[in-house]
Amino acid sequence: MGRYLLSLRRFWGTSLASQLEYQLNALIELVAMGANLGGSLLVLWLFYRQGVALGGWSWNAALVVLGAYTCLNGFTSTVLQPNLSRIVTHVQEGTLDFVLLKPIDSQFWLSLRSFSPAGLPEVLLGLGLMGWAARADQGGLQPQQLLATAVVMLAAAATLYSLWFVIATTAIWFVKTWNATEVLRAALSAGRYPVSAFPATLRLLFTLALPVAFLTTVPAETLLGRGSASWILASLAVASAALVISRAFWRLALRYYTSASS
Amino acid sequence: MSWRSASTWLRRHSVLWSVQFAYMAEYRAEILLWALSGVLPFIMLAVWSAADGPGLGLGPSALGRYFLSAFVVRQFTVVWVVWQFEEDAIQGRLSPYLLQPLHPLWRYVAAHQAEQATRLPFVLLIVSGFFLLQPASFAWPGLGRLLLGILAVGLAFALNFLLQSLIACLCFWSERATALERLLMIPYLFFSGLVAPLQAFPPGLRQLALHTPFPYLIAFPAELLAGESVAAAGPFSTVNGFLSLLIWLAVLFPLLLLLWRAGVRRYGAMGA
Repeated sequence: MGRYLLSLRRFWGTSLASQLEYQLNALIELVAMGANLGGSLLVLWLFYRQGVALGGWSWNAALVVLGAYTCLNGFTSTVLQPNLSRIVTHVQEGTLDFVLLKPIDSQFWLSLRSFSPAGLPEVLLGLGLMGWAARADQGGLQPQQLLATAVVMLAAAATLYSLWFVIATTAIWFVKTWNATEVLRAALSAGRYPVSAFPATLRLLFTLALPVAFLTTVPAETLLGRGSASWILASLAVASAALVISRAFWRLALRYYTSASS
Repeated sequence: MSWRSASTWLRRHSVLWSVQFAYMAEYRAEILLWALSGVLPFIMLAVWSAADGPGLGLGPSALGRYFLSAFVVRQFTVVWVVWQFEEDAIQGRLSPYLLQPLHPLWRYVAAHQAEQATRLPFVLLIVSGFFLLQPASFAWPGLGRLLLGILAVGLAFALNFLLQSLIACLCFWSERATALERLLMIPYLFFSGLVAPLQAFPPGLRQLALHTPFPYLIAFPAELLAGESVAAAGPFSTVNGFLSLLIWLAVLFPLLLLLWRAGVRRYGAMGA
């Protein structure tokens, strides 16, 4: 365990150092993040200015969902994108062999090797928006609500990670699917809106097949004090199942991996 | 341009095109995934139709046709020249391209057109799937509209290509022009009509959007393709739409040539 923590500190320390080389990039990322959130707010406002409440959610409540989406999007840019989108390259160039030979768990290495600080402000902005909008909607926040939301958000992050990891791992079979994660990212943009804003069939799809509901709607409901214990338990169950599946899938994929040129 | 040089150009371009087509056809799975990653208009269709498309002046079937057309237009106007160009510049592949008696940008144009041809079957499949699921949305736009729509898609592609090439030219000065492309993507995403038809915007904002090139990249061709009832509710007239496309093309094309020339003069190959 200690070895893993030490490795993680080294991994992220070196990524941070190399990222700081590109300061202008960081500034552009910051501007892009702000503009992106502004655009999302604009689209949401296009509905609410005409008196449409998406899925019956009030403006502030819908902002909590958008906040949860923004936070998870930041998590994606910080950790998931820089690491998992590289699995394909490792498979293509044969460098996955080197990873497998390292005396450290390969899933750990592949998932956490690098770290992109440019996504961190987005995580903070998302959390800030969630807190601000929930306060505006509720008038105040209970500590137990905050605690429950933290648990559900961690579960959402774990679910999101597992989805990304499973999709990225399919590269072992298909080799050239380096943009498969782009499809996932596009589909997950449905998480900007509460699931009840979608027609019934899609709602079912987003709860059971592609768990968008557990990523943003359930955390938002929890923070707004509307979440029931059963939804929180369900989101924990989804997260643990997703993690177990991602692990099993990685084992399976490695059995099929025959290394480059063999 | 004399006949001789025109035929040389045509021959070069057709060779380039067939090479690029063979190359793209190799990567069918990848192109299918790119096609699927343009799913955003369908997500927005779901949200707008569940909200009963307020204030759009579109019935449920017209709304479906609008977003389907937006999806199709996006498929055939996607541009990735800045990514390719940045990689070529950093890897040093650009230097031999500059020596050839052909403007390097033509190579990328050919690659884009070849990729669009490879996309065609997937797009047809997705469109037929959509109409199977929602037969009520189907309406034949009429031959004239269809041809005008295809022309508008072609011009929109040219405009999008010019816009991104301008950013790509900045590679001559900075190694990371793709970061700037992210900034261009944002107004494109929200003003082009991918997420909402333009009549959903309040009047002031709509006027502002109409003075940028973005609505002509998606919304205008999409309304032509989606048929009379959709176009009637939208903010464009056919003549004005085409005129705006042509004006933007006429403004950006010389700008690109100037920037390119200045960039090549400054270019010193990586590592030199």
